[in-house]
Amino acid sequence: MWSYILRRLLWAIPTALAVITLCYLMLHLTPGGPFDSERQVSAAVLANLQAKYHLDQPLWRQYLYYLNDLLHGDLGASFRYADWSVNSLVAQALPVSATVGGLSVILSLVIGVILGIAAALRQNSIIDYVVMFLGNIGNTIPSFVMGPVLILIFAIWLKHPDGNGWLPAGGWDGHAIYMILPVALLTLINVATIGRIMRAGLIETMSSNFIRTARAKGLPLRTIVFRHALKPALIPVASVLGPVAISAITAAVVTETVFSLPGLGKLIVNGASNRDYTLVLGLVVLITVIAVVFNLLVDLAYALLDPRIRY
Amino acid sequence: MSLLEVKNLGVKFSTPDGVISAVNGVNFSLERGQTIGIVGESGSGKSQTVLAMMGLLAKNGVANGEALFEGKNLLTMPAKELNRVRGDRISMIFQDPMTSLNPYLTVERQMTEVLELHKGLSRKAARVRAIQLLDAVKIPEAARRVDMYPHEFSGGMRQRVMIAMALLCEPEILIADEPTTALDVTVQAQIITLLKELQRDFGTAIIMITHDLGVVAGICDQVMVMYGGRTMEYGGARDIFYDATHPYTIGLLNALPRLDHDGAELISIPGNPPNMAHMPAGCPFCERCSLADEHCHQVLPALLPAEGKPHVLRACHKTGEPILRLKEVAHG
Repeated sequence: MWSYILRRLLWAIPTALAVITLCYLMLHLTPGGPFDSERQVSAAVLANLQAKYHLDQPLWRQYLYYLNDLLHGDLGASFRYADWSVNSLVAQALPVSATVGGLSVILSLVIGVILGIAAALRQNSIIDYVVMFLGNIGNTIPSFVMGPVLILIFAIWLKHPDGNGWLPAGGWDGHAIYMILPVALLTLINVATIGRIMRAGLIETMSSNFIRTARAKGLPLRTIVFRHALKPALIPVASVLGPVAISAITAAVVTETVFSLPGLGKLIVNGASNRDYTLVLGLVVLITVIAVVFNLLVDLAYALLDPRIRY
Repeated sequence: MSLLEVKNLGVKFSTPDGVISAVNGVNFSLERGQTIGIVGESGSGKSQTVLAMMGLLAKNGVANGEALFEGKNLLTMPAKELNRVRGDRISMIFQDPMTSLNPYLTVERQMTEVLELHKGLSRKAARVRAIQLLDAVKIPEAARRVDMYPHEFSGGMRQRVMIAMALLCEPEILIADEPTTALDVTVQAQIITLLKELQRDFGTAIIMITHDLGVVAGICDQVMVMYGGRTMEYGGARDIFYDATHPYTIGLLNALPRLDHDGAELISIPGNPPNMAHMPAGCPFCERCSLADEHCHQVLPALLPAEGKPHVLRACHKTGEPILRLKEVAHG
């Protein structure tokens, strides 16, 4: 198994390289540069700046400079946030995104699985319809609509007696109360996906032959579901867990803007609009690595769930 | 009192095409240590009959009638009480050993849970007993293989595991739903021999569901032949096998490949099993029966004692001469 993990991680290198190269080219294809602004900068200053960041060199040479830095674990200096390296910007934003994203993934996994089980065992009952209804809402209403709606309800309409909203509309100071709305929004989206997949997986498993055998043994429903049916029903859930975890980060592009959270999503939006080449690339590299790791974890989870899968 | 007495058992399924009667008015009884064979083509209702008794019908299925196990009706028993019978007093093995064992649990877990549940054994004691049973069904190195997963066993070995699992609590009745259909011919014979030996050792009564009359001849005391959800003929295995009186049974027997005939052609019953949604008003077999006349198409034959053989029941309007001729045609 360790050789499998090592192989997978080695395969991540060409993947990451391809992502970086594509992203690098796309960034440089977009018109404008990091130092174009409405304020006129003197030609001498501009030339100095360009020289400092190697922007006066041909593109392939800039690319090699970047790769060299990357190999040394340096994501480079931010073009727009003077005195900030991309490493330090990421170090500051990552905990925010990881907390919000991680919490929402865990919550949506737990709630989704429980709701999915309940819906599958009470097929076509009220709880089933409620779960499916929530599922459809979560899947169809985009987060940039759902987010402001949540703010409207919980930060503006619902008020404490002292006139403040129940929850802050946005911002971040590390207190849990600021996390509630963004985590709720991300959870709402993902719980839908996980709940529906869990429901479908369990319904299918419960109609399989080995469940009939378990019933013929006289086992109570509780044992049948949790000992015999849960693992196979969780396999499809595991396969969406990778995409769900990654989307918790990419969805942060929207949620962090809606709730003004100082996380990776906000950083990447600002970086892209500022043509902050190193910042955007750095974040893309980071997200690529996270994606590779999560996909690996999901594959390892398969082996944990299904004894027929061995690496 | 018989160990098991099935009275007027019926199974209905509600489908998008309307309500379908898969089983109609089935009666049979089973004594301790005896074996009854239920024979028929696919869709004849033989599996649904036993699934109904075990409370294992698909969600859209409903059973009616009575299945009295030691006097208590299995069909109306509360789920809790039924769960005390299933797996303990009556157990079941299924057609497809590849999918009937849980691929996600070790054989040990799947076997010990039965003993923990019904006999209150500790996991450790249950494990010892599980290994004994695997030994009894002739699984080599049982002590080591008990910790394996089902996919690490071959098809025949998996069916042996199923049988061992079913016998853990020494049930009064073992229901075997086409236990050899999914297996190689050589393995089939081994499994049948194994069942016979185990029946001798454990004194278990067996309900053997099969479409293979060879299996019936080898192991059964009683035989019930089903077609279109109804009993066609019911009696002692010798009577049915050597002196069948129902055109369908005769057809089935003639369809057995025989080593002593040099003709290369296999004989079959012409036509297909009836569509359960559009059953004929009369005898279910009338459309494929060479003796059928207008009366057969219109009136359902009752299951009555055969002429001269009161212990054999048959459902056919035709008697005597034509039946004898049918058999002669086959043997000639």
